[in-house]
Amino acid sequence: MPNDELSLPAGSDLLQSDDVPAPSHTSYRRPAAAAPMPRAAMLSAYRTMRLIRSFEDRLAVETGTGDVPGTVHLYAGQEASATGICMHLTDRDFISSTHRGHGHAIAKGVNIDGMMAEIYGRATGTCRGKGGSMHIADLDHGMLGANGIVGGGPPLVCGAALTAKTLNTGGVAIAFFGDGAFNQGTTAESLNLAMVWNLPAVFVCEDNGMGEATSSKFAVAGEITARAAAYGMPTLDVDGTDLFAVHEAAGKAIAYARAGKGPFFLHVRAPRYYGHYTGDPDTYRSDEEKAAAREDRDCLTIFRDRVLRTELLGEGELDAIDAEAAVLVDAAVKAARAAPSPEAGELTTDVYVRYA
Amino acid sequence: MPRKSFRQALNEGLRQEMRRDPRVVIIGEDVTGGAGATGEQDAWGGAFGVTKGILGEFGRSRILDTPITESAFIGAAAGAAVTGLRPVAELMFVDFLGVCFDQIINQAAKFRYMFGGKARTPLVIRATYGAGSGSASQHSQALYPLFTHIPGLKVVIPSTPYDAKGLLIQAIRDDDPVIFLENKMMYDDMGEVPDQSYTIPFGEASVPIEGKDVTIIAFGRMVRTAKRAAERLRLLHKIEATVVDPRTTSPLDEETILDCVRKTGRVVIADEAYPRCGMAADVSSLIAEKAFFHLKAPILKVTPPHTPVPFAPSLEKLYVPLPSRIEAAVKSLFDEPAKLVPERTAY
Repeated sequence: MPNDELSLPAGSDLLQSDDVPAPSHTSYRRPAAAAPMPRAAMLSAYRTMRLIRSFEDRLAVETGTGDVPGTVHLYAGQEASATGICMHLTDRDFISSTHRGHGHAIAKGVNIDGMMAEIYGRATGTCRGKGGSMHIADLDHGMLGANGIVGGGPPLVCGAALTAKTLNTGGVAIAFFGDGAFNQGTTAESLNLAMVWNLPAVFVCEDNGMGEATSSKFAVAGEITARAAAYGMPTLDVDGTDLFAVHEAAGKAIAYARAGKGPFFLHVRAPRYYGHYTGDPDTYRSDEEKAAAREDRDCLTIFRDRVLRTELLGEGELDAIDAEAAVLVDAAVKAARAAPSPEAGELTTDVYVRYA
Repeated sequence: MPRKSFRQALNEGLRQEMRRDPRVVIIGEDVTGGAGATGEQDAWGGAFGVTKGILGEFGRSRILDTPITESAFIGAAAGAAVTGLRPVAELMFVDFLGVCFDQIINQAAKFRYMFGGKARTPLVIRATYGAGSGSASQHSQALYPLFTHIPGLKVVIPSTPYDAKGLLIQAIRDDDPVIFLENKMMYDDMGEVPDQSYTIPFGEASVPIEGKDVTIIAFGRMVRTAKRAAERLRLLHKIEATVVDPRTTSPLDEETILDCVRKTGRVVIADEAYPRCGMAADVSSLIAEKAFFHLKAPILKVTPPHTPVPFAPSLEKLYVPLPSRIEAAVKSLFDEPAKLVPERTAY
C-alpha cells in the first residue's frame, strides 16, 4: 500500500519544528486506528460534503432547464477539500475562491438559499443577483468571493492576511486555486510576497488535473509542490478524496500560519466530476477516466466506507443526512425560482459607496 | 500660509492620515528603499521621495516595501482594503498598470457591485504619470482615461500642491477605490499649503482664472500650461480666458464645465493623454451634447499626437502640449469662420 502512509517521518510535528518537509507525492492519510475527529465533527463534515454534492448535482439538472442564466462551474468531486480545510476556520478567517466556487462558499458557511437565488439571478441572492455564480461573496462569513479571473484570488488573500497581521485579529487567509491557476503569474507572485511578508496565509492548490479542457499533463511543467517548496514554503501533498487526510493536513497548515510562522502550501488532488462548465460535453476525457473517478475516487463514498467499516458512524445517520441535504437543496431551488428578479433601479446602484 | 512643494504636500497628507487612523498603511516598491540591504534604510522614500521619512515615524508595519511584483501587491492592497485596512499603494509609474490591470479593474473596482453592495474597498493607488523627463515610452504615459473608463474607480489628478494634499486626504478617507495621479514633472512645484489637515471633495472643479471670452479646460499638468496660455492671451491679445481644472475625472464636475462654456461660448480642452478616447474627447462630447447651442465656434482639443512618448528631447518637446499651442488654438476661435481650421491631429 504505497499510498497509504504519512509523507512525514514518524513522530515529526510541523508545529514544533522549523524543518520544511520535503516535497512528496505520496498521499497524506492518517492511520485508521483511532477516531480521527470527534463524532460531531465527522457528522458535520459529512453534512457539508453531501450538501455541496447535492447542490452541484441539482444544478447540473437545473441548468438543463434553461432557467439558470449563463453557465456554472460545478465543484462535485472535490468536496473533501473545501470541507476539510474550512472546518478549521471561523468567520474572522478569509478565503478566496475560484470560478468553481460553490463548494468553498458552502463550506465557509454561506447560506445555500442565498447562493441558489444568486445563481438564478434573483433579488434575494447573496449578492442581490448582481454577481452570479462566479462572484458569490459573503464578507460576513469571510468569503472574499468566487472569482471569474483564474489566478485572481491569491493576491487578494495576501491582502486579507496582511489585514489579519496588521490588526492582529488572529485570523488566517486561505487561497483556493486550481492547477490551472498555478500557471498564472499572480499565483507565483503571491507565494513570493506571502513569504517575504511572512503572512498568515495558506495556499491550497486544488489539482483536478484539468484547466478547462486542457490536461495539467500538458499545461503544468515540473511538479506543483516543488514550485511552492522553491519559495521556501512548507508543503504537504494531500489525497483530496480523503476528508480525514485533508482535515489533518489543513489543521497543521492553518495552525502553522495562525501561529505567525508564515505561509503554508497544500497540494490537494481530487477529480472534477463534471465538465468545465455545465453544458460542456466533456469529450476531452475518456469515458474510462470519468467512470473510474466516480467509482474509485468519490470522497463521499470513501468517507462512508471508512466510517462504516470502523463503526465510527452508523448508516442510518448518514442516510438521514443525505435525505436532509436533498430537501434543503430542493427548498433552495423552489425558493429561488419563486423569488423576484432585481428591480430595474438596481442596475445603477452600488457601483460606488458614494459618487458625487 | 506656508509654501510647500507638491512632494512635501503629499508627504504631509500621508503622515497626517497615518497618525489619525492606524488602518492606513503604505505599500509599494521602494517606498522606503534599502530593505534587506547593507546600507541606509529609507534610502529612497519612494522613487520620487514622496514617502521619505515615514518609515522613521511609523515603522515597517505601516510602510511595507514589496518585491517588484505589481500584480501581487496591488492585488494585496485590494484584498487588504476589502477586509479592513485603508492601504495607499504606490505604483511607481502608471505605465506599470500593464502588469496589474486585472487586480484594479476586475477585482477592486467591481467588488461592491458584484457583491450586491456589501463591500467597501477604501484603496488608494498613487501613481506617477507624464512625459518630459526623458523616460521614453514605458515610463511617461498619461493613462488616466483608462481608469476613468472603469465604473467603480474614482480618478484624481491634482494640479497644485494645495489640491494635492486636500485631495489625497479625501482619497484616503474615501470608501471607494481611488486612483491618484501625480505628474512627475510637478513634484518640485511650490504653492501655499496649510499645515493642518483638510479635504477637497471629489467632483468639484476649481476655476483658477475667470474670463468672459473663452473657456480652457485642462487636466493635471495641463492646468499649469493653460494658466500660462491664459496670461499671454490676456496680455498680448486682450482675450479673457476662464481656466477650468476638473481635479477629478471620475466623478467629473459636468456642471462647472458646462456653466463656463455657456458663459463664454468658446472652448479649448488641453489634455496630456492620448487623443483617442481621452479626456479631451470625453469632455468634447459632453459639451456637444449639453451646450451645443451656446457654442460660437467649434470645440478644439489640444493633445499630444496619437503616438507613444518619444525619447529624444527634440521629439519629446514636440509631444507635450505647450502654452503656445493652447494660445494658438484659442486665437483661431476668434478668426472668421471661413478661416477657422482646427489644428491638424495626427491620428
